[in-house]
Amino acid sequence: MPMPSAVKRVSDTVWEIPVSYKEGMLVPARIYATEKLMKEMDDGVFEQVTNVACLPGIVKYAYCMPDGHWGYGFPIGGVAAMDAKTGVISPGGIGFDINCGMRLVLTNLTYDEVKPRLREIVDALFHRIPAGVGCTGFVKLTQDGFRDVLRKGALWCLHNGYAWKEDLELTEEKGCFEGADPSTVSNKAIERGFDQVGTLGSGNHYCEIQVAKPENVFDGETARAFGFTIPNQVAVMFHCGSRGFGHQVATDYLQLFLSVMEKKYGIKVLDRELACAPFNSPEGQDYFSAMKCAVNMAFANRQVILHRVREVFSEVFNRSAEDLGMDMVYDVTHNTAKLERHLVDGKEREVLVHRKGATRAFGPGMEGVPEAYRETGQPVIIGGSMETGSYLLAGVATGADSFYSTAHGSGRTMSRHQAKRTYRGERLKRDMEIRGIYVRSDSWGGLAEEAGAAYKDIDEVVEATELAGLSRRVIKLVPIGNIKG
Amino acid sequence: MTYRYLEDIATADAAFEARGKDLEEVFIAAADATTNVMVEDLDSILRQEALHIEVENRELDLLLYSFLSEIVFIKDAKRLLLRFDGVEIEERDGLYYLRAKAYGSPIDPGRQPLKADVKAITLHRLSLIETRDGWRATAVIDI
Repeated sequence: MPMPSAVKRVSDTVWEIPVSYKEGMLVPARIYATEKLMKEMDDGVFEQVTNVACLPGIVKYAYCMPDGHWGYGFPIGGVAAMDAKTGVISPGGIGFDINCGMRLVLTNLTYDEVKPRLREIVDALFHRIPAGVGCTGFVKLTQDGFRDVLRKGALWCLHNGYAWKEDLELTEEKGCFEGADPSTVSNKAIERGFDQVGTLGSGNHYCEIQVAKPENVFDGETARAFGFTIPNQVAVMFHCGSRGFGHQVATDYLQLFLSVMEKKYGIKVLDRELACAPFNSPEGQDYFSAMKCAVNMAFANRQVILHRVREVFSEVFNRSAEDLGMDMVYDVTHNTAKLERHLVDGKEREVLVHRKGATRAFGPGMEGVPEAYRETGQPVIIGGSMETGSYLLAGVATGADSFYSTAHGSGRTMSRHQAKRTYRGERLKRDMEIRGIYVRSDSWGGLAEEAGAAYKDIDEVVEATELAGLSRRVIKLVPIGNIKG
Repeated sequence: MTYRYLEDIATADAAFEARGKDLEEVFIAAADATTNVMVEDLDSILRQEALHIEVENRELDLLLYSFLSEIVFIKDAKRLLLRFDGVEIEERDGLYYLRAKAYGSPIDPGRQPLKADVKAITLHRLSLIETRDGWRATAVIDI
C-alpha cells in the first residue's frame, strides 16, 4: 500500500504525519526512514503510530524507527514519551516480552582460531542453552528464590556465581531496575516463569558467534573503546527477554487496564492493545513495578546465558573465560518504559519513555552511560538476521530529537508464513553452511522463518539511523555460527 | 480445517481466522489455531492428561482472549499442549462463563516437531463475530 498522502517529508530521513490525519491525535507522528525504507513500510505502521499519538500525556511526537513494522498496539520500533504527571503507561507500548534485549560479549580469539572448533562450539551452545517451546533452565529456583531474582536482576547472578562484577557495570541500569516489588506480580506469572531463567525462547531469539572483519569497522577508535582491538576478532551476541514470566505480567495487566481504563479513568483508545492507565494511579504504578520485575528477570536470564557461553568457550579451548578475554561490551534492552529527564521545548521534564522494539541510545557524557563509554556514547546493539549480520552502534548528542532512541534490529518485512513457503529450513541450513555459517535449531520451520530475506536491509536501516542523527555506526559483525529456538 | 493463518497482519507475529457453526466450535478451532503455531502436528498431542479450564469475562470476545491466554499459560506452567473435547459457554448476570474439557501431553521435542513459542494472545484486531453460518474469530498471536 502506498504511504498515506498526509505524510510530509521533513528531511531526507524524517517523515511526519500531522495531527489532522486522525481524530484524537494529540501530537504529530514521526517516522525515521530513508525513502527506500519508507516505501517498504507496512501500512500497519501508519495506523499504529498515529493511534499512539492519541494516548493521553504524549509529548512531542509518536515515533517509529527505521526498522519499524506492523506490531500490536504500538508498531514495532515505536517510541513515545508520556508526561510523568499527566500521561499514561501502556503495556502495548512495551511489548509482551518485557526487556527483550541484546547482549554482546568479546573474546580475544580470531576467526582463524575459532573456525576449526566452530561446530564444536555451536553444538555445545545448542546443548547447553535451552531453547524452543516449553524449555526450562538449569538454574533450579524455588518460587521464593525466583522473587529474589525479580528484585535484584543481574545482582542476583553476581551473588550466585553467574556473573563477573564488571558485567553489571556494562549492563543498562547495572542489570537491575530499582523498585521492583514482586507483590505486584501474580502467582500465575511466577508459576509460569520461575524455572525459565537461562533459556533463549524461540521466534527471532538466538545466540550467535560473529566476526568483526577489518573492512566492517566504521570507527576504529570507538571500536577499540568497545573492546574490538584485533583484526577478525570473534564475539558472541544474543537476543532474548523475560520469557513466560514477562509475557504473563503483560497479559495480566493488559486485562486489568482494560477493565479500569474507561470506567474508572475515562480513557478511550483506538486499539484495545493500547489499553493503559494513568502512570500516577494505583494500577499504573503496580504495572510499572511488575514490569520492573520482568526487566530484572530478563537481565538475570541474559546473565545466566552469558555464564553458559563462557563455560562452553572455556571447555572447548581449555582456557578460562578470563584468559579468553570474554568481557562484556554491553547489554541493552529494547522493550521497556523508563522514567527519564529530557529537554522538551527548552525545559527539562520528567517523562516515561516507552520503547517497543527501540533502543535507548544515550550520547557522550550523559549520565546513565557506563564510565568506560562516557566519551564514546552508549553502545547500541542492533541484532540482524542470522544470514546478513548485526551492528554495534554508538549513541550521539543529536539523539535528543527522539528522546535518545534508535532502532533495535533489521525489522521484519516478510510474514512468517511467506518465509516458510519460500524457504526450507534444511536447505537454508546447508546453504548457510556453504557460506561459512553453521546454524543449529530445534525447528526447521522456525529456521526458515528467520531467513535473511525476511528482514529489511540492515545496512540501510543503520545508515538511516546515522543520517537521521539517532546513532552512528561503529562495527558491522558478521555471523559464523548461530543457535535458534 | 476450521482455521487459517492470515498473512497481511502484524508482520512478525501470527494471526488466524477460525470458524465454527456455534460458539463451542469456534472456540475449539481458535484453540487449535493457537496450539498449531507451536506444534507441527496437532495429532501428536496425546491423551495423557485430562484438564478442566474455567475462565470468565464480561465480553464474549474477551472470554475468547482469556481462554486462549490460559492455553498459553498452561504451555509454560505445566509444559502441556492441549486439545479440547468440549467447551460450554453460558451467560449469567452480565458475565460470560466458560468451562472446557481438555486433554494433552507434555511437550516433547524428541517426539513432536515444534514450531514457534507463543508469548501471548494480543488484543490487536481481536474479534468474534456471528455470521450467517455461525461464528468467526480472528486474533493476532505474539511469537
